[in-house]
Amino acid sequence: MTWMDSLISALQSLKVNVLRSALTTLGIVIGVGAVIAMVAIGAGAESRVSELIKSLGSNLLMVTPGSVTQGGVRLGTGTRFTLTEEDAESIQRDLASIVLAAAPTVRGSGQVVSGNVNWATSIQGVTLEFFDAREWEPGIGRLFSQEEVTGAGKVVLLGATVADNLFSGGDPVGQMVRLQNVPLEVVGVLARKGETGNGGDQDDTVVIPLSTAKKRVLGDRQLRGNLVHAIAIKVSDASLMEEAERDARDLLRQRHRLRDSQPDDFTIRNLSQIMETRAESSRVMTLLLAAVAGVSLIVGGIGIMNIMLVTVTERTREIGLRMAIGARGRDILTQFVMEAVMLSLIGGIIGVTLGLGGSILIAELANWPMLIQPQAIVIAVAFSAFIGVFFGFYPARRAAQLDPIEALRYE
Amino acid sequence: MTAPLIQTESLSKDYSVGGGVVHALTPLDLTIGRGEFTAVMGPSGSGKSTFMNLVGCLDSPTAGRLLFDGEDVSRLSTDALADVRNRKIGFVFQSFNLLARLTAEENVELPLMYGRVPRGERRAKAVKMLGLVGLAERGHHRPTQLSGGQQQRVAIARALVNDPLLLLADEPTGALDTRTGVEIMALFQRLNDEGITILIVTHDPEVAEYAGRVVRMRDGHVISDERNASPVRAADVLGRMTAQAAE
Repeated sequence: MTWMDSLISALQSLKVNVLRSALTTLGIVIGVGAVIAMVAIGAGAESRVSELIKSLGSNLLMVTPGSVTQGGVRLGTGTRFTLTEEDAESIQRDLASIVLAAAPTVRGSGQVVSGNVNWATSIQGVTLEFFDAREWEPGIGRLFSQEEVTGAGKVVLLGATVADNLFSGGDPVGQMVRLQNVPLEVVGVLARKGETGNGGDQDDTVVIPLSTAKKRVLGDRQLRGNLVHAIAIKVSDASLMEEAERDARDLLRQRHRLRDSQPDDFTIRNLSQIMETRAESSRVMTLLLAAVAGVSLIVGGIGIMNIMLVTVTERTREIGLRMAIGARGRDILTQFVMEAVMLSLIGGIIGVTLGLGGSILIAELANWPMLIQPQAIVIAVAFSAFIGVFFGFYPARRAAQLDPIEALRYE
Repeated sequence: MTAPLIQTESLSKDYSVGGGVVHALTPLDLTIGRGEFTAVMGPSGSGKSTFMNLVGCLDSPTAGRLLFDGEDVSRLSTDALADVRNRKIGFVFQSFNLLARLTAEENVELPLMYGRVPRGERRAKAVKMLGLVGLAERGHHRPTQLSGGQQQRVAIARALVNDPLLLLADEPTGALDTRTGVEIMALFQRLNDEGITILIVTHDPEVAEYAGRVVRMRDGHVISDERNASPVRAADVLGRMTAQAAE
């Protein structure tokens, strides 16, 4: 009996009892479908997190002013500004071996006006280190010059969203805009970055030199002298993140003249670590769900074994006849294993289809990211075939070992 | 005397049943020549089924030798026995044993499938065999769409499709009405005339009348072995039945 004969024979047998075959494969359908959907959604979440980490700039430490205690009352983060431009310079200079850039930033928000169009957006005052730390370059146009950064140059880089809204497709480079009524020349548009971790738009911003922000645009109502809102530290290598965090803390405590008993007046956060943690927890969740789905596959396999045992018993006379007309044990074994494999393989293919459909539906409805991995499909289909072989083998072997005389006499 | 097709030498078969041993076949020496039409008769428990299973290469003897077509098949492996059954023996059963989900043609093709005959060749051969048993028009019918007699004809076509040396029939008319039974016997006689060796196991004396040789068994022994030079012709019986029905 050739493989092709076994295959046709198996399909013919399964066709006799369509409802039974369908119900038997249901376990595999659900199992494979769930695995496919879980893997697609899990991979989607993971790829989104890694994209976010990339868009934030990798190996980034963010220093913000911490809580301060005034007369026994602890005030929240950012209630008092403690970081200075000199802190940033000092970090860059003293920790040069492990820090690539330390970028002081001031933030605000305001209205950008170009002709008769205006747009409310966030404003970031930065030094040139900002572009290294965030790995962010102008998509068109140029960066600020050193003179513009130190000398409060009247220049601005637009985020892509702002450029779209103000110039709707036209070339903004060289145009004048007014920011909080200060006229600034657009020198470039930053490359598009996409969403932030919590759904904000990173491209809805304008970037101006730090000195311009403090002297001309935002004023110094909040930030007197050389105070800044935050310092972004770009560490040279991922393995040095902890060391850099410790060194920066020591350096800042020393510069802020904090006694050992005093708490930090700043906070250092490792952004990629936060993202990694979030990714890790979603990975664990995916793994758990996939394990549950895997259990369903095993249960489906047992269902197939059960039905195959029933089938072998029901068809004892057929087996006897086949043996009488010349089927060897191996032919009978192949035939029944093939039936089990067909059951689980068809279940697997339906499961893959449903799983893909389901994950696309979930992605559309719940707006979750998902990523279809071809190897997951191949593995799922191959695994379902394997389940057929594994759980079909025992019933098939029982069939193959029947005594033809007994089998022919079976009522 | 023609060259023997089957030759048994002190062939015996014991079964152990619940601690005891049953001698289903006591040492038996029997020779069946090529082209013979033999009926093996006996009540249940006489050993005729055991004898048929051994001759049909479905079972191996406890002791003694069985030569089939000059080959000692008494010590062959189960796979080798399956091969002998496939190439040299055609089985016909009381209950037809057709597969309900297959068409008549597909049922007839089955032995060729295990004989690894190419697909196209199989179909042609199956069609030819169905023609031989008078069912050329019924190739695409399923067993449930056929009468008992037609089903048994399909089974006979299946038994013949591998050009076997021996046609082994176990109560072939047991599930059929009298007239259909005679028709089947007429078919057997026609096939025997064409040269095929036929061995029928039955307890029906009327069936045995059509055979050229009747072997009677009891308690594992052969108690008589008679040759009948002019057996009843089933075709004549059919003719008389038709004439009677017309009156």
